[in-house]
Amino acid sequence: MTDEGAPTANAGYDEWIDALAAGDGHALVCPEGHGSLPPRRVCPECGAADLAGEPLPETGTVETYTVVHVPSPRFADDAPYVTAVVRFGPVRLTGIVRGIDPAGDEDGVEVGATVEADVGERETDGGRIVAFRPVEP
Amino acid sequence: MTEVRVAGVGLTRFGSHPERTGRDLFAEAADSAFADAGVDRTDVEELNYGNFMGALAEHQGHQAPLMAEAAGVRCPATRYESACASAGVAVREAVRTVRSGEADVVLAGGMERMTNLDTEGATEGLAIAADDLFEVRAGVTFPGAYALMARAYFEAHGGSREDLAHVAAKNHANALPNEYAQFRSEVSVEEALDSPPVAEPLHLYDACPITDGASALVFVSAEYAAENGLDAPVSVTGTGQGTDRMALADRADLAATPAAAAAATAAYDDAGVGSGDVDLAEVHDCFTIAEVLAIESLGLAEPGEGISAARDGRTTADGDVPVNLSGGLKAKGHPVGATGGSQIAELTRLLRGDHPNSEHVPDAEVAVAHNAGGTVASAVVHVLEVAE
Repeated sequence: MTDEGAPTANAGYDEWIDALAAGDGHALVCPEGHGSLPPRRVCPECGAADLAGEPLPETGTVETYTVVHVPSPRFADDAPYVTAVVRFGPVRLTGIVRGIDPAGDEDGVEVGATVEADVGERETDGGRIVAFRPVEP
Repeated sequence: MTEVRVAGVGLTRFGSHPERTGRDLFAEAADSAFADAGVDRTDVEELNYGNFMGALAEHQGHQAPLMAEAAGVRCPATRYESACASAGVAVREAVRTVRSGEADVVLAGGMERMTNLDTEGATEGLAIAADDLFEVRAGVTFPGAYALMARAYFEAHGGSREDLAHVAAKNHANALPNEYAQFRSEVSVEEALDSPPVAEPLHLYDACPITDGASALVFVSAEYAAENGLDAPVSVTGTGQGTDRMALADRADLAATPAAAAAATAAYDDAGVGSGDVDLAEVHDCFTIAEVLAIESLGLAEPGEGISAARDGRTTADGDVPVNLSGGLKAKGHPVGATGGSQIAELTRLLRGDHPNSEHVPDAEVAVAHNAGGTVASAVVHVLEVAE
């Protein structure tokens, strides 16, 4: 449990999620076009050291998701919740889909759905999470 | 290159032993392995020991010297950690050590103690095999990660929860006669389908249990086996390992496990065999979908066809290539750091003819073991063959 008391500092990641919360979500992109998320010194695909920040697209596309019923302790009060993997241009983000009924058959999320990315809070302990919200395509 | 023989195998009963220490579990497995091998433990030149979450579960780091003591050996001892593939990499390094001529006798295996934790604690522990910043903080649990892969697979290739339920039913049926299995009870397709959801589309009976247990193997050079008159008919002829991006979201394809395919290619090339030569397999079915992805990576099913293999009877005990005759992680159990060694132990028994399920593979000569870490960011594949 890393979010109890003073939050653990993770330089690079913390600035990235601050930027996402401010509407400035971005990815790192190498000259070959491989996307990655910070902190990075080199491209994890090809080792290139020349990484440039690139703004994320406004919206992304859900590629897969799961409804989690058995959570880890820091998500105890969040379950059931939907974790999704969403394509945003050169990268995919993993986050929690908000603004839907995780247990419902209707109005849930589906593969191919369009979402936007923001930063939300875990209900359990207030820790920050990448949050997706469905938008009209 | 020195030929490597499996001289002896040892297992604890897999299951719930919350009061038993890790050192006692590994000591039992090692004792059994030495007895099976007929090898004097003073001949052991290295211990390669797999363990994943002992620092969390037992508040015990630095486990290798502790396990050397437990096994009654005094030699270089190293703990290997690659999540659920910890024992697989420990075995691989043992094979490479004997092959290189560095040692004639290596003890390898692993142990995990898990049921002393509650479900939340075990869930938290297992989740640390994922990327903490970008996955665990986004609510990815271990079942959740495989659920993401399962849905991606269904989207790419089709398939259903019922197909997965056939994997569960098959592996439970295989575990029935296995004296080391955690669950020796049948599960029907209907029961699997009706079990409660864990991380949809995966339900409780798609998942392996939380398990305590240990595995131990005595690997020797063929020369040592001959000089000491050992009955060691099974040889490790191929070893391979693969690595992928840590986080699932960073993989090119969410419905495939290329690290396992790379490990399989390397192991087959090493052994000089092809996937068509494989008579039986033990694969890392931590979840039912994992068996599907595993047999596709091993070349035992084409991409998109692994999903129907159990339902169609191709991988059942009387199928073309029986998969997980031990019961697999699903029914035999999954003491994380021991599993890769357990697979080698089960295949050795199956090939020697002294496994309760050997009757299903009486003429088998080539077997393959597939051990995976995390969401297959790590994978180890071994080929075993009957040498005499």
